[in-house]
Amino acid sequence: MTTPSTSAFDGCGASSSEQQVPRPAFLSVYLLLGIAFGFVLSRSEVISWFRIQEMFRFQSFRMYGIIGSAVVTAAASVALIKRSGIKSVAGERITTPAKPLGSGIRYAAGGTIFGLGWALTGACPGPLFALIGNGVTVMIAGVASALAGTWAYGWVHIRLPH
Amino acid sequence: MTAWLFREWPWYVAGPLIGLFVPALLLVGNQVFGISANLSHLCAAFAPGKLEFFRYDWRKVGLWNLVFLAGVLIGGFLAFHGGPPQTIAISADTRAALGRLGIHDFSGVAPREIFTWHALLTVRGFVLVVVGGFLVGFGTAYAAGCTSGHAISGLANLELPSLIAVLGFFAGGLAATYFILPFVLRGL
Repeated sequence: MTTPSTSAFDGCGASSSEQQVPRPAFLSVYLLLGIAFGFVLSRSEVISWFRIQEMFRFQSFRMYGIIGSAVVTAAASVALIKRSGIKSVAGERITTPAKPLGSGIRYAAGGTIFGLGWALTGACPGPLFALIGNGVTVMIAGVASALAGTWAYGWVHIRLPH
Repeated sequence: MTAWLFREWPWYVAGPLIGLFVPALLLVGNQVFGISANLSHLCAAFAPGKLEFFRYDWRKVGLWNLVFLAGVLIGGFLAFHGGPPQTIAISADTRAALGRLGIHDFSGVAPREIFTWHALLTVRGFVLVVVGGFLVGFGTAYAAGCTSGHAISGLANLELPSLIAVLGFFAGGLAATYFILPFVLRGL
């Protein structure tokens, strides 16, 4: 199945393979993994506005260490999975389709716009939700605004360079 | 005995743990780790109007991810309520720099002077939460990914688009830190 580059399918986290609604047993595994991820985000303090400021001011190695070691761990695991040809628990062949580059403008421009928002809110999308759990309930307004932002992109995307 | 669970974890523990969510999701159901697609899925599920961009079967594409996201909220709740309140031990330099911008309460996970409901209608609260949130939603949709999808999944898969996006994240973040935040926080 091929999807055009401007489709919602190629959003962060989409897989290009034909998908089915997961069975409840799998959904509960995703829920548990999500709980673990929310916990890790909180304890690693990457959800903290203060930590994000420290990072953008280059005043601590911590965030760079976290992101760097996360990438190295993920890259080594992905390479290992690809080499072994192992199948998923659900029985599919594991694929990691590369995103189409196109002109690259969407990544540079969209990335910069997200970066502005990341430094202002001190949160990327995962932490926005983890923060609500951490008692920063005003981030409900942040999430509502992020949904409005995504909706606005869906509205104007045809007129934007990609 | 479980006190370590609720203290700040060192970077070399936190980072690899975060990275392991990429293989975990691939191994469970061949899913690519990335949070911001959920904003799109939520629009597809609930947004009024009939934008073609959001006309897809969000249950097939994104139900797994929305369930994962619900977990993230619960995980944050457990981390917060399971242990003693915690102060983020940022560097003295950052404390001083933020102090000069008028931030003096370092007791929460985010500045309590700004990230509260009653500060939402001040200039600082509105710009940081509402304008910032909008830019996060617009930018991640435009870039087709966020920190998880590009900086972790994408870079781990050695994708050039993700490298471009991550450079953009930092360009935007630095611009906001040095050119926007000083004006907004000083109350201009």
